Amino acid sequence: MKIKSLVLGTAAAFSVASMAIADRGSDGHVNIIYWQAPSILNPYLSGGTKDVESSSMIIEPLARYNQDGELTPWLVNEIPTVANGGVSADLMSITWKLTPGIKWSDGSALTAHDVVFTGQYCMDPAGGCAQSNKLADVSNIEALDDLTVKVSFSVTKPFPYGPFVGAEQPIIQKAQFADCMGAKAPECTAENFGPIGTGPFVVTDFKANDVISMEANPHYRDASKPAFASVTFKGGGDAAAAARSVLETGEFDYAWNLQIDPTILSQMAEGGKGEVISSFGTAVERLMVNLSNPDPALGDKRSTLEGGPHPFLTDAAVRRALSVAIDRNLLAEVGYGAAGKATCNVVPGPAMYVSTANDECLVQDIAKANNILEAAGWKRGSDGVREKDGVRLSILYQTSTNAVRQDTQALVKQWWSEIGVETELKNISASVFFGGDQSSPDTYQKHFSDIEMYTNLFSGTDPEAYMGSWVCSEMPMPSNNWMGNNMPRYCNPAYDAMAAELATTAAIEDRARIVMAMNDMLMQEGAMIPLIHRGRVSAHSNKLGGVVQNTWDSELWNVADWYRN
Amino acid sequence: MTEELTTKRTSQWKDVWLQFKTHRGAVIGMIVFSIICFLVAFGPWFWTLDPNYIDIRAKNQGPSFLHPMGTDQLGRDTFSNLLAGGRVSLLVGVTAMALSVLFGTLIGVISGFFKRLDGPLMRLTDLFLALPLLPLLLVMIMLFRDTLRGLFGPETGIFILIVSAIGLTSWMPIARIVRGDVLAVKEREFVLAARSLGTHNTQMITRHILPNVMSPIMVSATLSVAAAIITESALSFLGLGFPSDFPTWGRLLYDSTNFMKLSPERVIYPGLAISLTVLSVNYIGDGLRDALDPRIRGR
Amino acid sequence: MLKYTIRRLIFTVPVLLFISLVIFLLLDLAPSDPTGNLPMTVPPEVREQIRLALGLGEPMYWRYLMWCNQFFIIEPLNIIEQAWGFCWGDCENRTRVMSWATRSPVVDLIIERTPQTLWVVGMSYVVGIIIAIPIGVISAYRQYSWFDQTGTFIAMVGFSVPTFFTGVLLIVIFSTLIPTDSIFWLPSIYDTTHKVTDWDSFIFQIRQILMPVFVLALYNAAQISRFMRASMLDNLSLDYVRTARAKGMKERVVLLVHVLRNSLIPVVTVLALNIPHVFGGAIITEQVFKVNGLGALLILGIEGADIPLVQTLTFIFAILIVLFNLIADVLYGILDPRIRYD
Repeated sequence: MKIKSLVLGTAAAFSVASMAIADRGSDGHVNIIYWQAPSILNPYLSGGTKDVESSSMIIEPLARYNQDGELTPWLVNEIPTVANGGVSADLMSITWKLTPGIKWSDGSALTAHDVVFTGQYCMDPAGGCAQSNKLADVSNIEALDDLTVKVSFSVTKPFPYGPFVGAEQPIIQKAQFADCMGAKAPECTAENFGPIGTGPFVVTDFKANDVISMEANPHYRDASKPAFASVTFKGGGDAAAAARSVLETGEFDYAWNLQIDPTILSQMAEGGKGEVISSFGTAVERLMVNLSNPDPALGDKRSTLEGGPHPFLTDAAVRRALSVAIDRNLLAEVGYGAAGKATCNVVPGPAMYVSTANDECLVQDIAKANNILEAAGWKRGSDGVREKDGVRLSILYQTSTNAVRQDTQALVKQWWSEIGVETELKNISASVFFGGDQSSPDTYQKHFSDIEMYTNLFSGTDPEAYMGSWVCSEMPMPSNNWMGNNMPRYCNPAYDAMAAELATTAAIEDRARIVMAMNDMLMQEGAMIPLIHRGRVSAHSNKLGGVVQNTWDSELWNVADWYRN
Repeated sequence: MTEELTTKRTSQWKDVWLQFKTHRGAVIGMIVFSIICFLVAFGPWFWTLDPNYIDIRAKNQGPSFLHPMGTDQLGRDTFSNLLAGGRVSLLVGVTAMALSVLFGTLIGVISGFFKRLDGPLMRLTDLFLALPLLPLLLVMIMLFRDTLRGLFGPETGIFILIVSAIGLTSWMPIARIVRGDVLAVKEREFVLAARSLGTHNTQMITRHILPNVMSPIMVSATLSVAAAIITESALSFLGLGFPSDFPTWGRLLYDSTNFMKLSPERVIYPGLAISLTVLSVNYIGDGLRDALDPRIRGR
Repeated sequence: MLKYTIRRLIFTVPVLLFISLVIFLLLDLAPSDPTGNLPMTVPPEVREQIRLALGLGEPMYWRYLMWCNQFFIIEPLNIIEQAWGFCWGDCENRTRVMSWATRSPVVDLIIERTPQTLWVVGMSYVVGIIIAIPIGVISAYRQYSWFDQTGTFIAMVGFSVPTFFTGVLLIVIFSTLIPTDSIFWLPSIYDTTHKVTDWDSFIFQIRQILMPVFVLALYNAAQISRFMRASMLDNLSLDYVRTARAKGMKERVVLLVHVLRNSLIPVVTVLALNIPHVFGGAIITEQVFKVNGLGALLILGIEGADIPLVQTLTFIFAILIVLFNLIADVLYGILDPRIRYD
């Protein structure tokens, strides 16, 4: 995969060189299909990936992550650091200097006031901004002059690149959105459907949840870009249909997020009309163990600390055996193909954070798993299911509805049956499972099951907030309305102490060391069982060049460099 | 008097059977349907491969001696899945059909026959027609899944839930259709004649009205078997159906749709099973309708 | 009849209000959540803020009254103002029914999507009826002939094979196996931005609706032809047919004037039940061909728990159901004058 992305990278670099002499709009029309249709082009009002990525063609942040996860200046000339004086020595503020001469698509100039406005827009509590966590701890944003903006924090920020970095935090135009603050934000339909941006394209027509028509931005900062004069950005259907339209019928040039059976995808790719590309970020498909008791007889105390410990999952031997019995490589091969690889870590990237201390689980060993259980005193009963002191190893295993997840469930169920563990499968509609409805028993926060499976990830490259998910205070429970990220109900003071240390450590090497130690503690104590490091998989037509797959930012981050082969 | 009536009754049912036998399509339909039911009920005893057993090395295989209908993407045997899936699909189809026909006919006849009840019952029908199925199911699952799971176990519990959900949301067209016909039938001369002979309402409905609205009921019944099987598959696909280790024909068909080009036979078998069932049920329905109609029976 | 119709129309108002309340309660009770589709990187506190900004913090009865106010007063006002281009009172600051996912007025979304739904779903009903009625009539008249047998077989297969299957099958054949430059090649993705302006664009429009219309028409024709046939069969054996024939009427007149007219009651019922579905769209077929019509809008709304959108769509759907069932009742009286409601 690395070689492929490297090759693609050079191809892109080459194209950049060759494009310099081409004219804007000389390559005609390009068709993009996202099978989840964009519903709005303002990522502050909708955090959905489809909305963030479609809007990234129009509005841009100050800096982006490139395909290797490195910060890349976008609307600025350089990334502020402590060394170049952009970040204050006490780590309490960061100062960005905009590149002079950048224009909005209406011809007016981009200024620091637009950046300040963007921050205020998202921080208005009445607006329900979906990205407000990126602006957490921001105490003040001010424009020092027309091109300089200073963001101050109320606490020390060892990693100050939250605000205005990445596709989720683009700069919007003050002149356009000035009347759309706070409670007024959702009413500005015209603005939300057609934001004025600095990006390579401008919206000409937006049909919500259907199709966006765009054309090249006449005021884009590079006079030779974009190569395409117009874009159709279609949404709808399903992943298989999107893949078919690029790889088989050739109606579209680029299709996003093709999570379908790898056999079908490779068969489609054999047609020779296009190419499947993938790359890896931080997403990990994992099993979340429930350390509290989900017995329905407990009523209100179900799956809470007060309900008491889980009857058998609190036994570390059981958790280890469950993990060792799984053939992760096979799961990756069957369900994900090029878009998945086995992992034993909850932090799978970037490379400097990845631990190798847990690689025991990479190899499936049913015999070893059986021995572990046997040694821990779990004996097989007459029906082959192990039990100890009247407690049977019987697991309710829930996840959201999705073809790949159901295949994974079936495989895992079979392996667990080989080590004497009985499994009941349950799948729940994704909108219920991931929704936070208080009255529903089926949300992933409530975790009214023994094991649940889903994917989690962190955006950008800094895992601090992500690692903070498993401290004691993050446990979902009735008193905090089941809001919290600590689904396993894991609680270890040593882990909490490391999380606190991470929050005050600035040196990148030290941060990596702490993150690795935290990851290892979670893995070795079996709070969760990671399965697959998931990549993004997309497809582009052979007639489309310049595509560089990027998992750290929007997939369409370099759409200005795309060209017709 | 009573004796005379019973003997007359038995001979009438015999007549019905004799007439049914002369309907070639119905007899063939009956045979095919019996074979399907037999295979589905007893097949798993002869074909003992576990439908959920995964043999990953044998994935996506074509038909072979070991797997007469090939295997799926995880190496599960298609034939045993078809047998196991048939049990669920047939049960869902027939039970949901029975429920909706019972409900629909009852409400249709009552509201067509009794003018006073027509308004309220038809407005109730309108209400049910307007309810969106998916949110209704989400609510039903939220409220009842755990209770039913506790009472009947995970599989029977969800079965009851799904069958009642499909039945509860598909009786309305039948009710409307039956009512429309009842409105017309009850104005015919023979009803007036029966009424002047002093026939009671109950008898009027069972002896005179119902037999005359039988054909739309039969058509609705056969169509609703197919509709129930397909609705179930749509529900599984939305995550509201049976657990994933619980094969059904609809789910098999849905899962294999994307494999259409790779292994076409995988799509054909479940599709064929559903079509055959629906066709045979339809011919049985046709035969029954003819057999129950005294005017045709005489011919 | 007129009196009956007027009485029914008046009674429709409280019925519809009650239906809207039931739908609202149902949607409110349903466990899906508008923040359920956000990426995992959005923390729970932010999700709660989003919910509050959507107004989910308000009590239920208040949200229902708000919707009623927006739907029954503000939206009609807005339509009137748009049509005559004036502004009555505080027209700038009135909040229309807003979709949560797109933050735009629901009614505008519906209007935007109606054309493609009418093209595809509406056309499929027209085609379905045109095919189904003759097939039903001939099948009944020549019962158990080869025509009847074939018709029954095709209808039953058409009804028992789900549209998600026939749709993909057609795409595989006509979009992938046939080369793109062939005249038989058909697009697998519906272009909603396409506008019919001249003959060529009309031909393109026909080509892009061909597959979805065929899939849906097959299904509709199957259903309608079965009811038509059964009802014709019932009537063919009745005494009045014999009388008409005995009086020396032409067979065609007997069949098409007397029998057909009397057999239409169940067909009218089925049609009245189905026509609102033209508006409801065809969820699966729309998804297979990426038509993105009203069916797709509804399913997206349900999945994303976009309550104002789903509420408005289902309620408009309910209005149509109630109206068309009323029309069916009136038609019964016209088709069979013996039916009286008073």
